[in-house]
Amino acid sequence: MLVLTRRRNESVILNENIEITILEIDGDQVKVGIKAPKEVEILRKEIMVKIEEENMNALKGNHDLKKFF
Amino acid sequence: MNIKTRYHEEIEVSKEDIIYFGSGIPGFPEDKEFINLPLGMDSSFSILQSINNEELGFVIAEPFSFFKEYEFDLDESVITQLKIKDKTDIIIYSIVTLGDSLATSTVNLQAPIIINKRESLGKQAILNTDKYHTKHVLATKKQMGQEG
Repeated sequence: MLVLTRRRNESVILNENIEITILEIDGDQVKVGIKAPKEVEILRKEIMVKIEEENMNALKGNHDLKKFF
Repeated sequence: MNIKTRYHEEIEVSKEDIIYFGSGIPGFPEDKEFINLPLGMDSSFSILQSINNEELGFVIAEPFSFFKEYEFDLDESVITQLKIKDKTDIIIYSIVTLGDSLATSTVNLQAPIIINKRESLGKQAILNTDKYHTKHVLATKKQMGQEG
């Protein structure tokens, strides 16, 4: 992983067209601003992980569908 | 071509029926080609089956038949990726996690499956919202939108 040190109001640029700015630092919370083209998907990682876990859950078990539908 | 499926045994599929999921499905990024296999004639349920991985078959349902007030805005990124030109071209499903019975089964309303029929493109969109979560109980659908 690339590690960079940034101060408040400093940014990093990804792929020429995505800008990530540190807006506010308050204890263990950091407010981050992201400027990106509309087609770029931006997600909180914990939501992504939750969806992956639920997809795994959905495949668990060996259900006899005749009993359901 | 013939494929093995999780719930329908071996079946024949034609190329036109294949829906391409460019980034796979979260948790299963390798599998990109799926087909939608109906469960009976007038069921709201069907199976989203990977054509390359027999075990990868999700029970899916049309959410609006159970959750009348379900609504969300599609992100521009999804509209671009799925080349959506007209909203009548899309079908929306939700993945069902089966319990012991239908009454204890849950529906993931936070990550709807969006399919553009015209382009045969699909994606599991993830909604950046607290309004919906991954386990809405089918039986208590009136409580939709509440935390559970």
